[in-house]
Amino acid sequence: MLLIAKRLAGALPNLFGIVLITFLLTRALPGDPAAFFAGGAGSQEAVEQVREKLGLNRSLPEQFWIYVKDLARGDLGQALSTGQPVGAEILSRLPASLELVLASLLFSVSIAIPLGIAAARRPNSWIDHACRLVTTAGVSLPTFFTGLLLAYVFYFVLGWAPSPIGRLDPYLSPPATVTGLYTLDALIAGDVKLFFAALRQMVLPVLTLGIFVLAPLARMTRASMLSVLSADFIRTARASGLSTTSVLVRYALRNALLPVVTTLGMVFSFLLGMSVIVEKVFAWPGVGSFALEALVASDYAPVQGFVLTMAVLYTLLNLAIDLLYVVIDPRVRLGS
Amino acid sequence: MPNLLPARATQQRLAIKKVASGKSFWGHARYVLSDNPFTLVAAGLFTLFVLMAVIGPWIAPYDPLATNVGPTLQPPSASHWFGTDSLGRDILSRVVVATRIDFVIALSAVLASFVIGGLIGACAGYFGGWLDRIVIRLTDMVMSFPLFVLAMGIVAALGNSVFNIIIATAVVNLPFYIRVARTEVNVRREAGFVEAARLAGNGDARILLLHLIPNAMPPMMVQVSLNMGWAILNAAGLSFIGLGVSPPAAEWGIMVAEGATYIISGEWWVALFPGAVLMLAVFTFNLLGDGLRDLIDPRRRT
Repeated sequence: MLLIAKRLAGALPNLFGIVLITFLLTRALPGDPAAFFAGGAGSQEAVEQVREKLGLNRSLPEQFWIYVKDLARGDLGQALSTGQPVGAEILSRLPASLELVLASLLFSVSIAIPLGIAAARRPNSWIDHACRLVTTAGVSLPTFFTGLLLAYVFYFVLGWAPSPIGRLDPYLSPPATVTGLYTLDALIAGDVKLFFAALRQMVLPVLTLGIFVLAPLARMTRASMLSVLSADFIRTARASGLSTTSVLVRYALRNALLPVVTTLGMVFSFLLGMSVIVEKVFAWPGVGSFALEALVASDYAPVQGFVLTMAVLYTLLNLAIDLLYVVIDPRVRLGS
Repeated sequence: MPNLLPARATQQRLAIKKVASGKSFWGHARYVLSDNPFTLVAAGLFTLFVLMAVIGPWIAPYDPLATNVGPTLQPPSASHWFGTDSLGRDILSRVVVATRIDFVIALSAVLASFVIGGLIGACAGYFGGWLDRIVIRLTDMVMSFPLFVLAMGIVAALGNSVFNIIIATAVVNLPFYIRVARTEVNVRREAGFVEAARLAGNGDARILLLHLIPNAMPPMMVQVSLNMGWAILNAAGLSFIGLGVSPPAAEWGIMVAEGATYIISGEWWVALFPGAVLMLAVFTFNLLGDGLRDLIDPRRRT
């Protein structure tokens, strides 16, 4: 428990850094931030009004203080295009993005780890070569291109996938909101048909994101399994007559998992970044597409809110990874 | 004094010799390449891409910006190998000409973060103390953002231009170069050859530039080659979402974005060709990066 508290406290400077950078991104740059926030077509009075409201006529530290105070109240400013507060808008769209990111993570982990293990068990076999091909090709794929390609093949040519637009067929109504994740909510509501409808919409975007992040995970699993499998204790375990599965999973995998978990941090960075592109390709109503709509309209407050949200999310996910370490590696638990 | 630096080079050569059993650097290169023939393929593709970037505008069959050089939305044919887009522009010409802009963006961004990050990292590793602590803090701050999202934020704040895409890509990559340079310099700070150079009356700047930074070069170069593919993806991704290069300019990301509307109705060639070429370029860089890493730093081979 103490350890968890320590890790939480360790994330605080990071959070401060994130807030500082998002603040600096708008205020310390050349150009007039008031004009930014008033939008591209803002009139002279609108610009002055924004300047007054944001306190841009005060000193930089003072402005930062105001910004932090606003943030503490959950105030991320107003979106010009909709007139809605940015915070509320992001919060209502966040589950859609999260559903996408988490499902992609689940997908890529469940493919990458078995693939990496299989490749490490028989180096230079066909499965090892397949693994190498997948990993090198996977990181080279532009997500927007894979997404379009998948949509073309599975929607236009084969007709297997539903129309690649949005989270749910327009004729269906979303399940009652509990978590905001349509698939989970449908299950909670006991509506299996709705669950599959939501799942079908998710398949292509999840594949697109998943293929991209599969590569670093599989690569790391393979490399780390290879080094663990050549260790003495594995030989000992084998010599003691333990079954192959037991040696692989309970002895090797658990030791090999640490670097893989570290790679998860990088994978999250990719996932969160690329989700913006995938949301655009599949018209997915998440925070990324919200930011993009605002970007097109030169509406800066939503973009700033989006950058901040993603960074905070990323920090939280990294924190979760840190905690996962504690679970996997007793040395971390006992050592500190 | 001129012999202090080559001392390490000789040492390295000795180590290489051991691996390649008595051969020169090229012998070692051949040895490593024979293990991974893909690197050769990648080198060939790389030459092709560089050629396209340099002489692209002269070998393109049509003017990449001219509309109605053919009927609109024509599938690939003998006169238009990659077909035409909705404005009747020749897609092959556009794909070829786009090579330059994408390479220029990626190369300048990577070069900028290489030089600036290398210098900052080397100074932090060499001087240590408060400078080091501040640099570490700053890199941590940058790295607590998802990279693509931060790049988006930077371009959105600085304004929409090619130059700002380069800046954003460079800033986002800086931490990696800073880290590599910092560790490489830090581990050799107290090394014998550095002490010797110091005793011989060299100043800090001279020691850093002539003795420490050259030693940090191999891992930095590996970082560069592994980074190039990512930089191209990043730039194309940003223009795909409407940042940076603006239409009607030919750029792979924009071309895919333009083709996105047609793919659902079956006009696949508009997006496929620029996307496939972009993918091939990134693939080439990644293969080349792996090959270079095998060549320079065998320990990290996976």
